[in-house]
Amino acid sequence: MNNIKAIFKKQVKDTIKNKTIFIQFIMFPIFTLIMSNSIKIEGMPENFFVNLFATMYIGMAPLTSMAAIISEEKEKNTLRVLMMSNVKPYEYLLGIGIYVWSICIMGASFICAAGNYSMQERLAFMGIVAVGILISLLIGAAIGTCSTTQMMATSITLPVMMVFAFLPMLSLFNETIAKIAKFSYSQQISLMLAQISNLDIRMETVCIIAVNIILSVIFFTAAYRIDFSHPK
Amino acid sequence: MNDTLNTGLKISKTPDCRKKEMKMDQIIYTVKAESISHSFTGHQVLDKVSFQVQKGEIFGLLGPSGAGKTTLIKILTGQLSPDSGTAELFGRDTRKLSAKERRQIGVMMDNLGLYDRLSIYNNLAFYADILHVSRHRINDILKELGLYEARNRAVSKLSKGMANRLSLARALMNDAQILFLDEPTAGLDPVTTREIHHTLRQQKEQGCTIFLTTHNMYEAQNLCNQVALLDGGKIIDMGSPTNICQKYNHLNRLNITLKDGRHITLENDSSSAPAVKEYLEKNMITSIHSTEPTLETVFIELTGKGLNEYE
Repeated sequence: MNNIKAIFKKQVKDTIKNKTIFIQFIMFPIFTLIMSNSIKIEGMPENFFVNLFATMYIGMAPLTSMAAIISEEKEKNTLRVLMMSNVKPYEYLLGIGIYVWSICIMGASFICAAGNYSMQERLAFMGIVAVGILISLLIGAAIGTCSTTQMMATSITLPVMMVFAFLPMLSLFNETIAKIAKFSYSQQISLMLAQISNLDIRMETVCIIAVNIILSVIFFTAAYRIDFSHPK
Repeated sequence: MNDTLNTGLKISKTPDCRKKEMKMDQIIYTVKAESISHSFTGHQVLDKVSFQVQKGEIFGLLGPSGAGKTTLIKILTGQLSPDSGTAELFGRDTRKLSAKERRQIGVMMDNLGLYDRLSIYNNLAFYADILHVSRHRINDILKELGLYEARNRAVSKLSKGMANRLSLARALMNDAQILFLDEPTAGLDPVTTREIHHTLRQQKEQGCTIFLTTHNMYEAQNLCNQVALLDGGKIIDMGSPTNICQKYNHLNRLNITLKDGRHITLENDSSSAPAVKEYLEKNMITSIHSTEPTLETVFIELTGKGLNEYE
């Protein structure tokens, strides 16, 4: 627990000085505030920009930041020094993971604040977003773990992030894309957020999200086993 | 050790550390490598390397870049598993060390592994939390290593010498029983190198065992009790620097500079006596020196290449 706390504290100090990571967390909440207050089009669904940017935020911020943090530590040899200092891989990943999850939840709460929701809807919104952030976080951790450099992590993260962050938006304009997108957790989260005032979680949604969680856990476990369990 | 040479560096050990030393007293050898072999993608990096490092001594692994020094340090610190052979620290397999035993190891790798955006102080504060070391120790060690004034400076803004000292500070922070230092003075200016040597001698005086790799023969000759010459993954000779040099004393020559500007090299034995006598009688000599073998000349004699050459 002590090591997890130390890693969490270190990451807070580091992020404040790391503009590229920091911007990931504040960019979408700021966009949401600006767009939802400045653009009003007749016939546009209520909280349209909140739902749109919340989904993009879930697909991007945890995934890219988690992958970037882990791959940077690997590239700069700080992770190796940590492991030699008796930090267990799971302690490191939990320390970073809890940090990224917490800061993303903070960002999501700003996005939520920009929407016109009742207290019950806000709670549901944050619950749905929390699950989405967790899945993205696992995928980001897996990418960061199997990458040896930041460059490598970026080149893997970019297409993955584009798929999860933009599929829900693209599916608004194309039915074929919508049919494929429904199997992704980000699309299911986008659908749930759009119906938040009358939330009805169907079995299909639960199953798709559960499969997404299982797949991301498998992906992460494989990366973890290859990289952390077998010292090179 | 002459403390008047002190450049402000004095590393002291805490009472906890002394207790640890008491426990470790029964073990004569702190490090033991037995027939370690390792290869990367078919290339043999280490070939049946065996040695022992006694408690409280400075052991230098001397060899050119690519000789296998860093790989050996990685194996000894448990970062890498050897293909065959065993590496022991404190009498236990390096892969089976307990958390407590691991905390008695200080490591400074060639790639320093520091957090660039964090300040000197915050880098050490993080490791103080990880290693369960009191925060008071940070300021003490920063003062001891001459980094206190720059404690709030980000690592990315430090010179190579300061970054090396910070990495050394981190390795020393937990009062380690053994320090593994991978080329601790590579690329540093003579003043910083001397300061680091001074710190290492102090650590040795306090009973710390030091295992360092270097391709600097002066460092090995002046600092180490024992050196192993590593070439192509094999230890080609081992012993105290003085003994190794004496062993190859046939390399000892007489260098004579004559008044007419000629330089003459003669064997340093009785066979050269008539020639030397003649030069002396004719008052022809400007200077006369005996060139005793150094670790570098011994290495060249044994391998046909210098310590600064790549494998």
